[in-house]
Amino acid sequence: MKQQHMLSHGLILGVFCLGFGALLAVTDMLTAKDISARALEDRLNSLSQVIPTTLHDNNLVKDAIVMKNEHGKEITVYRATKEGQITGLAYEIFGSGYGGEIKLMLGIDATGKILGVRALAHKETPGLGDKIDAKKGDWILRFSGLSLGNPPVEKWKVKKDGGQFDQFAGATITPRGVVGAIKKGLEFYAANKEQMIDFGAPKASAKEEH
Amino acid sequence: MTAEYKTIVRDGLWDNNGVLAMLLGMCPTMAMTNSATNGLGMGLATAVVMAASSLLVSLFRSRITQEVRIPVFILIVASMVTLVDLCMNAWMHELYKVLGLFIPLIVSNCLPLARLEAFAAKEPVLPSFMDGLFMGAGFTLALTAIGAVREITGSGTLFSDASLLLGPAFKFMEMQLMASDKGVLMMILPPGGFLVTGLLVVGKRMLDVRAGKAIQMGGAHSAA
Repeated sequence: MKQQHMLSHGLILGVFCLGFGALLAVTDMLTAKDISARALEDRLNSLSQVIPTTLHDNNLVKDAIVMKNEHGKEITVYRATKEGQITGLAYEIFGSGYGGEIKLMLGIDATGKILGVRALAHKETPGLGDKIDAKKGDWILRFSGLSLGNPPVEKWKVKKDGGQFDQFAGATITPRGVVGAIKKGLEFYAANKEQMIDFGAPKASAKEEH
Repeated sequence: MTAEYKTIVRDGLWDNNGVLAMLLGMCPTMAMTNSATNGLGMGLATAVVMAASSLLVSLFRSRITQEVRIPVFILIVASMVTLVDLCMNAWMHELYKVLGLFIPLIVSNCLPLARLEAFAAKEPVLPSFMDGLFMGAGFTLALTAIGAVREITGSGTLFSDASLLLGPAFKFMEMQLMASDKGVLMMILPPGGFLVTGLLVVGKRMLDVRAGKAIQMGGAHSAA
């Protein structure tokens, strides 16, 4: 008798699992296409903040390549071209902040001048370190137009460390991490320029397809 | 019939409020109330999931045996959360960008589970749906209140970014009550959550005492 009970409980649970599993599978099938389209839109949207859309006539995501950065981490390098000429590059850079890693997107033109920087993800203290977010303050906008020689390399630090960038009230570690990340990002381009603007290299999108 | 619904509404919003009376769902309550808008968003997402899962559990209540009810309840809540998550991501993407963060957190909320066990597993479909909806509304109310207190004292604003959640028409809700650097930072950090929640629970009980009502001690079991 008890055995029969166990069986019927298992059966009930199984039927519910099957039913809701099927429901979720159908929902996933119905939404998958829209979700990936939205994700692509989001990516293009965030890229347009660091590479102005007037600068390119190609699809940034399609012409992206995957590279290893100085820490051996794989990053996607998005490349902007206009009439076949390379006009800009955008890639993720990483800094260490007060609450862990700060992930930023750096956009530069072909000469290495910064087009824009945006914080993508961070865990900095709300109200203090989170001013690096373009939504919370305009601090991050000050980097546009700068490059590795302007200011000189030794001035690519926060003021507290003898550099030229303002830290903000109550937070030094966050700006220090961001300035350091941008400097390293520019140096990465200086060291790998050839590879980054080489259009013979295999594309990231081709790699994703198979 | 109407008296029954009146009780359901009163219970959900005030008398047996999920957060302020039963002290359930503390995980999302602490995590998502650093601003009134976040509290509101978390509350609304939870209310949708609660109403849907209460409805389903009540619908299948005669089929679910006592022994396997807990896994089935969890299955239903988790399925509803995933369903809402996928659909919003695909078709309400702007809203998803704001709320998306909160939705998976609903699974970690024991309030839906408590209401399924205490109410939906025994009652007919419509009252169960109403119970889920109004318990969710009460949860929204409590989270928004806690969020508002923390946001005002911590960042000096009220309902900041509400237009991202509710649409541009709600821009008028966004208020700057004092200079942003005058706020007490602790209030938007985790300790503020515990402090404000505790104070609001005390506040609710004082109001109840003044109204001459018996305080529901311990909460969850008295509802069960």
